[in-house]
Amino acid sequence: MGAIQNKLAGPVTEELELVRAAKGGDDTAFEELVRRYDRNVFRIAQHITQNREDAEDVVQEAFLKAYGNLAKFQEQSKFYTWLVRIAVNEALMKLRRRKPERTVSLDEEIKTEDDSLPREIADWSPNPEQQYTQAELREILSKTIHGLPPGFRTVFVLRDVEGLSTEETAAALELSVPAVKSRLLRARLQLRERLGKFFQKRESGDGNQ
Amino acid sequence: MKCAEFLHELTNYLDGVLDEKTKVELENHLSWCHNCYVVCDTTKKTIEIYRDSQLYELPEDLRGRLRSAIMTKCQQQKKRGPQSV
Repeated sequence: MGAIQNKLAGPVTEELELVRAAKGGDDTAFEELVRRYDRNVFRIAQHITQNREDAEDVVQEAFLKAYGNLAKFQEQSKFYTWLVRIAVNEALMKLRRRKPERTVSLDEEIKTEDDSLPREIADWSPNPEQQYTQAELREILSKTIHGLPPGFRTVFVLRDVEGLSTEETAAALELSVPAVKSRLLRARLQLRERLGKFFQKRESGDGNQ
Repeated sequence: MKCAEFLHELTNYLDGVLDEKTKVELENHLSWCHNCYVVCDTTKKTIEIYRDSQLYELPEDLRGRLRSAIMTKCQQQKKRGPQSV
């Protein structure tokens, strides 16, 4: 079993040229940055807020903030990492507004170290996702990831869905590298366990599992 | 390697950042421990399924509307002059 490859964002130097042009007042360059990253920001925002309208707002607010603060962007990180940090903060603010009864923080320590230890080891059927239609699968994946605490699902989405490196994820979330790694492991194991309910190998003639 | 150690190294293994010695020990563990093999395999599948899921894709028509709203607001902001946002 080999390692999973990350998909990386476009060439960094080209991105920097666009950022510098945008800083100099070239709005077409900024629009190109929007075009390049709007899908990613939308996906991240919807994963965090779990709400389509909120995600649309986050896309607008994040880019508008980036535009207004472009002069402050130091170019020490990738523009995309900086943008993700703005978008994550906007999305968490939306979530707090929607769920004021629960404090939403990326720093929350969630349960004990043991809560994600595998309890269910049963193997999955081969190509388990093909047992469901695309719409059913999306529903399953969406509900499953929604069940994770925001601090876990945000790390999982940035690392595993968007392909940021551990260091970039840590920078975007203002977390330490060990904290990102620990959350990522627990998020992956919890998702695996929850998906097992849908993807488990079924014994023939036995409806109960 | 014991099962708990395998679990501790799982994320580094899946991310391909394990040193060669630990990787060999881990793969040796996987060759005889079926439970850990299943956990490793299904965790990898979990990641792949989410990565390939196209969950929350931004529809093109909405994308166009959002982009033009963003650019309009940016231009309004520019006209008002620099300010804290």
